[in-house]
This record gives sequence, structure tokens and C-alpha cells, in this order.
Amino acid sequence: MSDVVEKTLTALPSLLSLDSQPGAAKLSSTSKLGNLIRGITELTSKHEEEKLIHRELASIKEQVSSPNTSMRQMKELMVRAIYCESLGYEASFSYIHAIKLAQQGTGLEKRVGYLAVSLFLNENHELLLLLVNTVLKDLQSTNLIEVCMALTVVSQMFPKDMIPAILPLVEEKLNHPKEIIRRKAVLALYKFYLIAPNQVQHIHNKFRKALCDKDPGVMTASLHIYLQMIQENAEGYKDLTASFVSILKQVVGGKLPIDFNYHSVPAPWLQIQLIRILSLLGKNDQRTSEIMYEVLDESLRRAEMNHNITYAILYECVKCIYTIHPKSDLLEKAAKCIGNFVLSPKINLKYLGLKALTYVIQQDPKLALQHQMTIIECLDHPDLIIKRETLELLFRITNTQNVVVIVEKMLEFLRMSTDDYTTIDLVGKVAELAEKYPSDCVCFSYKNYTYAPDNEWFIETMNTVFSLSGDTMQPDIPNSFLKLLSEGFESVEEDRKLRLFAVDSYVTLLKGETGKLPQFFLQVISWVLGEYSHLSEELKPATVLELLQKLLDRKQTSSETKSWALMAMTKLCEGRAGVSVAQQVSETYISSMDTVLRQRAQELQHLSQDSELRARVLPRDADLEPLEVDSSLSFLDGFVSEALAAGAAPYKPPHQRQEELSQAKVLSLEPYGLSLPISMSSCSIADRQSPTLLSMSSGLSGDSTDLSHKGGSTTLKFEGVKRVWGKEGYLAQKESVEEAVQVEAPSPLRSTSQQAEVVGSHSQTPTLTPTPEPEQEKQQLASSLFFGISSQSSVCLMGKSGPTPQRFRRKAKGQSSSSGATEQMSNSVVFTSTTVDNLLCNNPPDSTITSEVDVSSSKHTSELPQGLTAANGTCDIEAELTDSDLKGSSPPLSGDNGLENADPDPHENLDKPQGVCLSSHLPAELSGLCRSEITPLCTLQNLDLSACHVHREDTIVLVVFITNSSDSAVQHIRLDLDSELLEVSCVSESPAKDVRSVAVYLYSLTVRRPAVHVELAGTVSYQVPVGTPQTAQFSYKLPLTAFIRPLTVSTEEYGTMWLAFSHDTKQNLTLINDGQEPLVATLNVLRKKLQLHVVEVIGVEGILACKLLQDQPCLMHFRVHEGALAVWLRSPVPDLPDCLIYHCQRALQEH
Amino acid sequence: MIKAILIFNNHGKPRLSKFYEHYSEDTEQQIIRETFHLVSKRDENVCNFLEGGMLIGGSDYKLIYRHYATLYFVFCVDSSESELGILDLIQVFVETLDKCFENVCELDLIFHVDKVHNILAEMVMGGMVLETNMNEIIMQVDAQNKMEKSEVSWTPPVPCMCMT
Repeated sequence: MSDVVEKTLTALPSLLSLDSQPGAAKLSSTSKLGNLIRGITELTSKHEEEKLIHRELASIKEQVSSPNTSMRQMKELMVRAIYCESLGYEASFSYIHAIKLAQQGTGLEKRVGYLAVSLFLNENHELLLLLVNTVLKDLQSTNLIEVCMALTVVSQMFPKDMIPAILPLVEEKLNHPKEIIRRKAVLALYKFYLIAPNQVQHIHNKFRKALCDKDPGVMTASLHIYLQMIQENAEGYKDLTASFVSILKQVVGGKLPIDFNYHSVPAPWLQIQLIRILSLLGKNDQRTSEIMYEVLDESLRRAEMNHNITYAILYECVKCIYTIHPKSDLLEKAAKCIGNFVLSPKINLKYLGLKALTYVIQQDPKLALQHQMTIIECLDHPDLIIKRETLELLFRITNTQNVVVIVEKMLEFLRMSTDDYTTIDLVGKVAELAEKYPSDCVCFSYKNYTYAPDNEWFIETMNTVFSLSGDTMQPDIPNSFLKLLSEGFESVEEDRKLRLFAVDSYVTLLKGETGKLPQFFLQVISWVLGEYSHLSEELKPATVLELLQKLLDRKQTSSETKSWALMAMTKLCEGRAGVSVAQQVSETYISSMDTVLRQRAQELQHLSQDSELRARVLPRDADLEPLEVDSSLSFLDGFVSEALAAGAAPYKPPHQRQEELSQAKVLSLEPYGLSLPISMSSCSIADRQSPTLLSMSSGLSGDSTDLSHKGGSTTLKFEGVKRVWGKEGYLAQKESVEEAVQVEAPSPLRSTSQQAEVVGSHSQTPTLTPTPEPEQEKQQLASSLFFGISSQSSVCLMGKSGPTPQRFRRKAKGQSSSSGATEQMSNSVVFTSTTVDNLLCNNPPDSTITSEVDVSSSKHTSELPQGLTAANGTCDIEAELTDSDLKGSSPPLSGDNGLENADPDPHENLDKPQGVCLSSHLPAELSGLCRSEITPLCTLQNLDLSACHVHREDTIVLVVFITNSSDSAVQHIRLDLDSELLEVSCVSESPAKDVRSVAVYLYSLTVRRPAVHVELAGTVSYQVPVGTPQTAQFSYKLPLTAFIRPLTVSTEEYGTMWLAFSHDTKQNLTLINDGQEPLVATLNVLRKKLQLHVVEVIGVEGILACKLLQDQPCLMHFRVHEGALAVWLRSPVPDLPDCLIYHCQRALQEH
Repeated sequence: MIKAILIFNNHGKPRLSKFYEHYSEDTEQQIIRETFHLVSKRDENVCNFLEGGMLIGGSDYKLIYRHYATLYFVFCVDSSESELGILDLIQVFVETLDKCFENVCELDLIFHVDKVHNILAEMVMGGMVLETNMNEIIMQVDAQNKMEKSEVSWTPPVPCMCMT
């Protein structure tokens, strides 16, 4: 390879001087670019290059700013500037000239100008506003090339706020006679859809027209849009399924012109795109899936030619077949395809085969069995990417029986990996696996070692993970490790052993060389030693203190780690020796520059002297009862009121402060000439005569929107600073609530006796196979990797695909809730295992490779106890189902959402009558008011939660009904509501502590930040007399319109307000034409549906006003123009105009 | 969607870089360097896909590359693109360049960055694949060149900048 480079380099000077050569004519020796490049290639060091380029840039700068430079020279200069920028040197002075070139140049010059702009600038660059006019002009040009250039630059980058200015022009291009223009217009609109979906909502039917365009190229372009839209909302486009299928049929059938063939495959990229769309449409939808079976079969059949691109189509088909509602003969063909991929000698195909296997493994674990030997080979593949993909696959099939081997393989890879990204990813995975399976004690043999995923294995694995990961680890891994350790498992004795083992192993580690241990690990070690070293009888606190002191003295120890070590010492300093060490250490750090260290040192000093206080502050073996945290900080109330009395300014939340700041900033930017909105409307969107005026005003306000957006996101975030394990930690309570919720996640059921039998049956198998030595080793590895995948353990697989990762499943806080979960689980265990078995029946296993495992697994199945013998047939399951509490719940085949919602159906049936009787519980003062329907929120064992919102003039009241359906009273109901977008304040809670029938909770809501819909998340927890607390989560969604009230202002007031507001949006809406005057009719509809106040209507214009509770005004200006309604909204609140536009559109559509 | 298209030579010198998503100047250079680092240390007989650089990456992103003589062609794409499809798109791109420049070599890319960009713009627009048919792409590029030529010829004495 390198000689080719050398040849190129040596050829370069001669090439440059030879004018006669065909290529060289372009690189004439006088060309300045040629000189520059020649200069650079002659250089030897980076430093010299820097010097040369800076000289070059200086000369370019001088020339571009000279008034005598012609456009042609400018073009040449731009190319040189592009070259310098591509080498990584900034040439920002040339940006403005690039825009000028695009504006003033013709033909090639313009093209270079546009190119330079698109390479130099980004869509947030302020200079881009200057390009808007040029784009507008070129879009209207009669020169097709100029239109093309404008469309290309628009799809590369365009300021979001300026889209309305050019949208009508781009829309118009959808009807252009030239298909290349139509095609580019479609893609430009797609770009708009991506950056501002609201703005293009009204042209969805035009997209449909593009889909039906007579030119296949335009149709292909429109598929980009459909792929995106269907990804977001498949339901809305089910009606198009048949069209996509028929397009694909025609393409596959070779109906397209021969030009579209690529290596004699008809339009392969189009096929790929169509199959992707189909798979999105057919997901979880049997009826839609049925429409596409035939064409998928056809595609599979046709794509048999041995070319790269046909494999691309095959791969899409396979993924699609496994995504949509299953059909057995297609699945069989797809499985065969995957086999071909995996077994292919071409590495790219092998890679995709592994990807496909990883994708389908949850539905068809047997397929992994079929290819187990190939997978084993891939584990030792020289290509790291293949190896990693294999590990990813193994990660998906991990279960209790093979976790040790798989983790071992992953650690092996980790030890070799040099790539940060891979390391972080894998470390996370290993930690997840280790935490998931540590307490299961199953022993089996592999390579004559006995492995058991037990306590020691867990600690050792975590040790390796910590020491391998370096300091790149995600902080939640040590967090959850310590959480596990402190919360422990079901048995106290096990916990003690685990902690003891950890302490012992850490002491050994600290005694050795600590230099290479990452800081994270040292912190974990410090905490564990501080907390649990007393468990060890041989270990004296003094020894531990000494070790920690050594750690403190080391230079490499970071100050954060030091504070951990100091905290640990605080817990340990007892006895005379301890106190003296503590005094010594604290004296060193009490004058530290680091405030945290200083604080810890202070604590250490005080607590070591007062052992009584220490016992109180840091109780040993304190049970982890959730600490009561006063999150409203009410204990500060006194302080605050004192401060206020002393004249301090009241507290404003950050977003409000930012808001005021940005408001103050933008006010002065308003152009002087515009006094009334009515006069401003002369430059509305549709009016192309004065685009400059338009772009100026809304461009400026657009900037201010951005500013306050940024401000909004700078609010304090607490996620990063979790200190969950410290007893001192304030977050302990919040964590435990979360944990209690997670308890509901399913846990795989196993009884030790079963496993023992499995092990027994398995351990005999390897001795029976007389195979050559290395082969045998691989087979053994295979059988340990794929152990237990076939039947029962698929439960784990299914469980894993659920939405909540079941990290902390072991210790169930609430007894009764955990038993509830168990109940549910046992049902779905039955179900999922049958579906898997059904799949197995459809696809008889390939017995040559898999016989071993199959034998063990079939044995295994037959030994399952009554509850799990589902393989016999469906009647068993039905019987079980009717016995259980969960009538009507039908876990779907995929198992994806099997456990999340217990039973939606019966509830819906109950809803109507319940709604009627619930409404009688509405408080008297709310009963006469307009309210939403009562909707159910969630259902628990004894409780039903429903809610509605009531519109009051000054507020929105959320009413939550809690209905107790059981006979026994429910106590300690606690309802917590929370929302990012809403301010929730409690109006009144039901006084009763025990609820026997219905309790009503009232909350008043105000909007913090407008959004199209605002959502509340809530948690309810309660207690029945006998039993432990239970919790459930729910959410409630309400449209922004609920918070909109009419705002009564006069036209004069409106005028002054209009000028003061900074955030605005413009858009065209459709007019309603039903007999009477269209503007009045439309405004009436909007007024009724959105609660607006009509200020005045003059001729073709109307002004309306409304406010968002409390007192956040929004002004609207409507003008009829060319049969459409041009709307301009202004408000001091960011996002409010955008959201309202959305609701206006909706209101008019629904009309 | 295609996030970026990078071409660099065996020494990591960038020959063309086109980003369809905004990154700062420094990040772009860093991405090019990191990508080169990742790609250049791969053997010839391994797969053409690479996952997750730290900068451009995350698990959703993928680098798909081909190596021709002195040049690496790298496409950075998200999961909505077909791996093999992109691999063949690179082939189409290179074949098109080859046709436009008659035996394309690294020098053509250096001296005619603007032209290469124009060809690319006919293939990929704003990160979306626009055209995959080589003849169609060449036709579009030629049509533009011709129109510009004719335009240039009647604007007074500006000599035409040698187009093939």
C-alpha cells in the first residue's frame, strides 16, 4: 500500500508541471491551489505545515476583503479556504464571503459559494440568516440548476425559524415537471419534518401524492419520510400497507425500468427501504402482517443470486419476518437464511448472521443451539468486531447455568480490549450479569474446574470488573454493587458470608500493590471495610485503619477517594489505638485545601473522641429503614421568612430567572417601524415581496427562543450525585421507594431440587462422547454455554426482555407484593414456556449437533413439577388460567409487555358504570363545572385509581378517586404526583386515614413549561391491615388546552403587548368553508374549542387573545390570504405559540 | 440516516469530509482522527463494519468502510441504514468518481474537492440517499456542467474553468 502512496507523492511534482496531460490541464502550474498543495506535500513537519497554512490564510484574507476581487477570483479563493478548513485550520473570515459568493455569483461561482457555505456553517450559525434571501431568490429562479442548488443547501442546513418563509416555495416544487426537482423537494421537506415536525403537518397529503408519483425516484425519496413517520406512529399508516406491498411486488417482479437494476437486481435499495417499512407496520399486528407474507416470500425466493446486495435484501427480509406476526413456513425459511449467513466464509455475512441471531434469539433460542459450534468458533475469531458481536449474542442467552462461563469469556475479552467504548460497554454487561445471578448455587464442571455462581464468584468477578475497567466506569456500577451488598439477600447468614468474603478479599488486595487499582474500586473498598470489617473476627480494626492510612498517604489517591477512606475510618476508630490514629490523620487533613476532605477530617476528629455520639450517628447494623426526607425543605421556612422580612428578594426558580433575562434582552431588538400587528401583517409569510423585513423580525425573536431553551436546560440535575449507600446519604429514602417498585419485576422461578437434577443429568453427558481432544473441548464449552437454553430457562430470556431490568430483585421488601408478583409470574411462566415449545415443535431441532443438549433439556422438561408441565398442551394452561386471579389477562406471544399491565380489559368494561358513580363523589364546589371524563389510572389488588380534571376559571383541578373494592380498610394511602412540566400543589386530601369506599384527592395544577400535552407521573402506596405496603405507578395526560383561558384585552392593549412579546410562530392553516364568512366561521371554531377571546375582526384580519394559567398571555393574529389562513402567534413564554398552533390545527382538523 | 462521509488516505490525511449533522470544528477533526485510528489498524480480511467510536458513536452508530489503494472511504450511519446497502453505495460512489475523472486517483480528490462534493450531493442529500444509479448521477452532474458552460460562454470574457 505504502508504495502506492509514495508513487503518488513522487508523481505529484511532475504532474503539476505537465500541462499536456489530460488531468494536468486542470492543475495548471500557475494555479494557486496547485502551489499550495505542492507546498504542503514538500513539507516534512506539522509545524512547517502550520506556518505555511497560516501564511496562506493571511493572503486569502487580504484578497477576499479587497474590493477589486472578482467573483471568479473569489471562487478560487473559496476553494483554497475549503482546502485549509479541511485540514483543520479555521478560516472563519471567509464565511461571509462564501455567502456573498452564493448570493452574487453565477453558475459555477454560485455553486462553489453554496458548497463553501454548507461546509463552513451549521444550522445554528448566525450568518446563515443572511443566506435566506439568496435561497428564496434561487428557489424562484427559472434556472433549474439554481433551484437544485438551493434545495440541496436547504436540506443540508436551514435555520429552523426561517422554514415558514420558504416552505410554500418548496411545497410548490412538489408539482414541478422535472422529477429531479420533485425528488429534491421531497427530501428537503423530510429535513423540515425532522427539525420542525409541526411546521409540515398540513402537507401530509402531499407526501402521499409524492408516494404515488409516476417517477419511481420521487416515490423512493418519499419513503424516507414514511419510514420516519411510521417509526413514530405505526398506527396512523396501516392503511398504506397494501400500497407498500404492491410497490414492493412490482419492484420484485421486475416492473421497473431496467435502469433501476443494480447488478441485475431490481432497485435493491428501494426494496430494502420497503421491507423496513413493512416490518414496522406489521409489528404486533396479525392482520397487517398477513397482507405482506406473500411478498416477503417472493422477495426471499427472488433474492437468491450470489451478490452482496442480494444478501442485504435477504437480511432485511429475515429481520422483517422475525419482527412481524410469525408465520411458521416463513420463519423456517428465515432461519435457514440466518444459517447461511452465519456459516458463510464471508466475514461481512458472518457478522450480519450473528446480528440476526442476536435479534431473533429471544423468539427462537433453539436457533442458537443449532449454530452453537459456529458461535464457539466466532468467539476465537481474529476479528474483534465479530468477537464482540458473539459476546453480545451470548449476553442475550445468559441464564443461571451458563452465566459463569459467559462472564469468564467476557472478562477474557476485556483483558485484551484497548478500546474505551468497548470496555465501558462490556463492563456494564458483566456487572449486570454478575449482579443478576450471584446467589444461585449451581455447580457443574467445565474443563475440570468447578464453577459456581456463588458469593465468592460474585465478589471475585466484581473485583476483576473493577480493576479492569479503569476509571472509565459508569458510576452506577459501583453504586448498585454497594447497594446490593448493603441490602443483602434473603438469608442473613448468606449476607454475612458475602460481606465477610468481600472484606477478606479487599484486605488482601490492600495489603498487596494498590498502585494499579482504579479510584472507583478504592472507594468501594473503603466503604466496605468501614461498614463490614467488624464481621471478621481475626481482623483487628487497627489493621484496617493502618491499611486505610496507607491508602491516604499515597500520592495517586484522589481526594474523593481520600474522603471515602476518611469516612471509613470514622466508622472504625475505636479503642485507644484507633483514636490516636484518627487524631493523627485528622490533624493532617483538617487544614486541607479541599473542603470536603476538611469536613470529613473534622467529623473524624469529633466522632473519634466521642464514642457515644459516634454510635448514635453511625449505628452499626442499622436496618435500612427509609429515612424521612423533607423534600420541601420546610425546616428552612423560618430562615426564609426572616430573610424576606430583612428585605431579601424572594426566590425565583432558575427557569424563571432565565426567562426574565432573555425577555429583557430581546425587548430592545424589536424594529422601530412596526407599531401595530395589523400593519405588520402586510409582510406575512405568503408575501414574498418583502422577505428581508420578515426574516429580520422573526429571525431575531427566533434567537431569543433558543436562548431561553438553553437556559431551561441548565436547571440543577441531581441524578449525577447519587450517594445511595451512605447511611448519611439523604437520598436513601427515594432509592428505597424506587426499589420497592422494582420488586414487582418478575423473577425467574427455580427450585434447587430441579436444578440439582438438571446438573446430574448434564454432568454425565460429556463423558459419553468420544470425540478428539480439541473438538471435545469446544463441545464442552458449547454445552456449558448453551446449557439450559432449550426449555425452562427461556423463561429468563423472556423475563429479560421486559421493560424493567431486574437488577435488585433479590430482596423483596414487601412480602405480599412479592407474592403477588410471584403469582403473576407463575402464570406467564406457563405461557412463555409453551410458546417456546410451540416454536420448537414447528421447527424440529437439527439433531446432529444438538443432540447432547437436547437430551438433557428434554429430560429436564419431563422432570419439571406439575406447575410447569406446560409442554403437554394448551388445555393445561387454560385450566391454570381460570384458577388464577388474573382472569382475562392474556400475555401476548412476544412476552414483551406480558407483565406490565395486569388486566386492562376487565377494567374498561367496568369503567362506564364506575365513572357515573364516581362523579357523585366530586366535591360540591366542583360539581357544576366543566370537566373531563373520568379515566382509570391503575388498578391494584384492592384499589382502583381514577382521575379527571375540572376546569375552573383560575385553575385546573385534578381530581383523583381512590376506590377500595375490598371489604377491609386500606390504611396509610400516600399519593405522590410529579411532573417536569407541571407545578402540582395539593388542595385537599381526603381526611380519612382508612379508606373503605372512595377517597378523593384534589390537586391544583399550573404549567411550568408549555408542551402540546402535559403528563403527570404519580405513585400511590398503601397498606392493608394485614400485610406490607404496596406501591404502584400511574400517569395522567392532559392537553395544554385545558390550561388556556380567554384573555380580555382591548385593541390598544393588544397592540402594546404584541410589541413586548418575544416568542413567535407563524403558520398557514386551512380555512373552514361552510356557508358563512370563512374567517368568522374559523375563528368561531377556534374560540369555542380553545377558549380564546376575539379582540377584533376587521375585514380579512382578526386578532384573538388567550392566556395560559396563570396569566401568561398569548396573542394571535389571523389573516386570510390566498384561500389560507396565515396565523401569527406571539407570547412571552417560549414554546407556547408552537403548542397553540398545534392545537389550532387539531381543532380545525377535527371540525 | 448517514451522519458523515469521510475520505482519508493511508496516512490519515483527510481528502473529503462531509458531515450531515452539526459538530464543532474541533470535534470534526477529532472524529476524523479517531475514525482513521479505528479503521487503519484493521486487517484486510476482517469485516467492513465497525461499531461505536466514542465521538460520533453510541450504540446506534456504525462505521462502514472500504479501502481502495491509498484511500479509505468511510460512511458513518445510524441503525436506519442497511449495512450491506451502504457498502454497495460506497462502491457506486467510487465507480462514479472513476467514470467522472477517468481513472480516479487521490490527486483528483485533492484538486477537485468541489467537484467531488458535487457528485456526492447528487447521491446523498442532507444525509439521505438520493440516487443510487451511477448513470443517473453522472447525467445530473453533466447536465449541470453543461448548463454552466453555456451560461459562462455568454457572460463576457471569463474563461471556462476546465471541466471534463
